[in-house]
Amino acid sequence: MGRITLDKVRKTFGDVEVIPPLDLTIEDGEFVVFVGPSGCGKSTLLRLIAGLEDVTSGQIRIDRQDATDLPPAKRGLAMVFQSYALYPHMSVRKNIAFPMKMAGLPQDEQDRRIEAAAKALNLTDYLDRKPGQLSGGQRQRVAIGRAIVREPAAFLFDEPLSNLDAALRVGMRLEISELHKRLATTMIYVTHDQVEAMTMADKIVVLRAGHIEQVGSPLELYNRPRNVFVAGFIGSPKMNLISGAEAEKHGAVTIGIRPEHLGISTESGLWKGVIGVSEHLGSDTFFHVTVEGLGEPLTVRASGEVSLKYGDIVWLTPNEVNLHRFNAEGLRIA
Amino acid sequence: MARSVSTQRKLVTTVFAWAIGIAIFFPILWTILTSFKTEAAAIADPPVWFNFHWTLENYATVQERSNYFRHFMNSVIISGGSTLLGLIIAVPAAWAMAFVPARRTKDVLMWMLSTKMLPPVGVLVPIYLLFRDLGLLDTRIGLVIVLTLINLPIIVWMLYTYFKEIPGEILEAARMDGATLRSEIIHVLTPMAIPGMASTVLLNIILAWNEAFWTLNLTAAKAAPLTAFIASYSSPEGLFYAKLSAASTMAIAPILIMGWFSQKQLVRGLTFGAVK
Repeated sequence: MGRITLDKVRKTFGDVEVIPPLDLTIEDGEFVVFVGPSGCGKSTLLRLIAGLEDVTSGQIRIDRQDATDLPPAKRGLAMVFQSYALYPHMSVRKNIAFPMKMAGLPQDEQDRRIEAAAKALNLTDYLDRKPGQLSGGQRQRVAIGRAIVREPAAFLFDEPLSNLDAALRVGMRLEISELHKRLATTMIYVTHDQVEAMTMADKIVVLRAGHIEQVGSPLELYNRPRNVFVAGFIGSPKMNLISGAEAEKHGAVTIGIRPEHLGISTESGLWKGVIGVSEHLGSDTFFHVTVEGLGEPLTVRASGEVSLKYGDIVWLTPNEVNLHRFNAEGLRIA
Repeated sequence: MARSVSTQRKLVTTVFAWAIGIAIFFPILWTILTSFKTEAAAIADPPVWFNFHWTLENYATVQERSNYFRHFMNSVIISGGSTLLGLIIAVPAAWAMAFVPARRTKDVLMWMLSTKMLPPVGVLVPIYLLFRDLGLLDTRIGLVIVLTLINLPIIVWMLYTYFKEIPGEILEAARMDGATLRSEIIHVLTPMAIPGMASTVLLNIILAWNEAFWTLNLTAAKAAPLTAFIASYSSPEGLFYAKLSAASTMAIAPILIMGWFSQKQLVRGLTFGAVK
């Protein structure tokens, strides 16, 4: 079981309040992603749950038990660090065995679990190597193996994929999601990469300056961002945010329209613009279009390969249904 | 692209490096050579290099006139003892400063180092009087204490530096894995810090072995280590270079051999593979 409840948890470093009082419930078996820009407090929040930092005030409950003052070792959580944090002087086998050794599990049980984890993570051939002899992806798998064998109440991941190259990152992302489906254990995953958040999470927690901006499923956040910050943060490429006269026409201070909800035409449309830089991905083409009176260039997504070039005049039409409206405080209107 | 180094440049660097190496080693070499000369050859002008009558006479005389083994044992006990005692005090201190730093940790470190800036002779009289009253003069335990205190700042500093290099996340991982403070130190911190600890131990043994000011001033006969043994050969009865050299060679030989054997081990260090 791994239900984690944060009740008015607050954290200060000296005079600086990193996390203002915050409430959050993570249900058993959920895959929750904390996402936000650097310095938003997402890693601190994870470390508070882990017990590596002490809360200044508030309560943390794990499975209804008060864990606020428990040392990390007693919380029954396993953590995978960004730097992997493997023990360099131990073989892969001993690294994976370490938490079980600390828990005093019998040797044959240890061996059984090591074999199972190694098989699941493709590490069987590397059990006798030292971490220094492994590639980044393999080290990450060892770190995950070390977490799995404990059969923890929940897994905590602190930006585990940031040190991997792009191709490996996509692969590991799938492996972690797969692992979650198989184990059905609570996972809390910290990242600044909103693509990781969107693809992996059951529930995303968007943080800014220690505040929770919105909690919801990936699609909820995509379809109904609660405010301008979430609107701009979730989705790739970013949502176009327009303020001024055009927004006032829709009774809002700021309107937002995602690149995929803008129609592009060479003949007619609502806004006339000039094509700037275009990014060709093969499957999609992203155009950066400057429309007079709308400020920043708008990003427009066109499916497949569209042959428009720098300096061409085009017409853009937003899909009214997918228009997001925000008031003066940056909050969503209806 | 790798920077290409011309052969000429390599040659110049090599010659230069060898020249410095030889210049540093020369006094030791000269001492060893002189120890095999007769007293007359030792003071010959111009000096003779290798073309002299090689003799072991000086070593025989030195052995006859003083008890080398007793001085040697005193040196071993004093340098080993002070290093061990220093480590026992310094490991927890350095651990605390490296992993649980407080606001004043840096200041404490600087303050400890500042004690090394004081000329020892400035505190000679008070320490001498203290030692006299406590009955520590000319005792091994007295020297162990004084050398521990003198080298403690260096031990703490060195260990602190090595501990600092151990990534905090690895210790946190151990904590998450259920390790108590004790198992964290035994199973994770110590194995990772062994190369650092080994070089700290070696350096301190060398420093204590070579320490001459306190060992000469606080001992007479019973606890006198090898430094006193050498000094006894530069006596008012006249300078006997060959015998002095023989005594010096015997005094530095153990530490030289120890350094020779351990240098590879110490330089190699530990390759950190766990953290990128």
